[in-house]
Amino acid sequence: MGFLDYFRSEKKRSASLAKERLQVIVARERTNRGGADYLPALQQEILEVIRRYIAVDDDAVRIQVEREGDCEVLELNVTLPETE
Amino acid sequence: MARIVVVTSGKGGVGKTTTSAAFGAGLARAGYRTVVVDFDVGLRNLDLIMGCERRVVYDFVNVINGEANLNQALIRDKRVEGLEILPASQTRDKDALTFEGVEAVLSALAETHDYVVCDSPAGIERGAHLAMYFADDALVVTNPEVSSVRDSDRVLGLLSSKTRRAEQGDEPVKEHLVVTRYAASRVGKGEMLSMEDICEILSIDLLGVVPESTAVLNASNAGVPVIMEEKTDAGQAYDDLVARYLGEEREHRFLTEKKGLFGRLFKG
Repeated sequence: MGFLDYFRSEKKRSASLAKERLQVIVARERTNRGGADYLPALQQEILEVIRRYIAVDDDAVRIQVEREGDCEVLELNVTLPETE
Repeated sequence: MARIVVVTSGKGGVGKTTTSAAFGAGLARAGYRTVVVDFDVGLRNLDLIMGCERRVVYDFVNVINGEANLNQALIRDKRVEGLEILPASQTRDKDALTFEGVEAVLSALAETHDYVVCDSPAGIERGAHLAMYFADDALVVTNPEVSSVRDSDRVLGLLSSKTRRAEQGDEPVKEHLVVTRYAASRVGKGEMLSMEDICEILSIDLLGVVPESTAVLNASNAGVPVIMEEKTDAGQAYDDLVARYLGEEREHRFLTEKKGLFGRLFKG
């Protein structure tokens, strides 16, 4: 480190900020990867089945896959319309 | 039987075509029969970078459609023995590349060459998918910049799931990292992601680091693969990269900035 560095600002270097942000986003995107291909289609078909019986919104069905150790949990959330 | 190498990145403008041209020329110069295939249908540019744009008569899509045979479409490089290019079509029909067509052309090329280098278009659509699908090796071209690194990670995910090797459960596509536009001085100042940072985030092996260099634009202006400019930093970096790909051990040369006397005094 040269002596001029002492006069430089102490604020965090932008490269380390970039690295931290990338590590977080890349880790998150990696967990969403793999096997999730069928999810949109599954979601759409479940929505169609439900609509045969009940009128629901497009966003009434939520699907999520969570990984817990070796185990994958498919979480399905259906919001039914309020009945009067 | 040739080895098929895809040059890919996800993000555009990071140096895929520059790398494809240099890598192809380097392999041919090392004595391997090499063909570089432009997969960027509608946005043909490999011909321009390799300086043979005026010799394009037939293209990849003509061959797929049976309007020309492969030998009519292949352009032989005038400078390097054993180097050929297959230009992309300028059609706007994005479905012009068919799966079966690409498979047939690549297997025909693989019969008569040692290396087939596939220059992928940007993005992760059809053209990019087909460019990587049949690959044995991948050069993932990345700039030291957040969006490029993220897109490269995305592409690595596709290489491990959406390729023939992945689908058939063969040995996975061998992935090599190529970092381009690297400015060692800015890395030194903490303003740019370092090669180590990028390797750590993407966790793949580094094949080469190409410095940010005026030589790249000069070479593309002239239609010469930058590896042919042997006196330039970028040319030498690509030369090292090809040698490493072929199994030679070579040290990375452009990871630290060359300092003048003044710089040395003040920065230690």
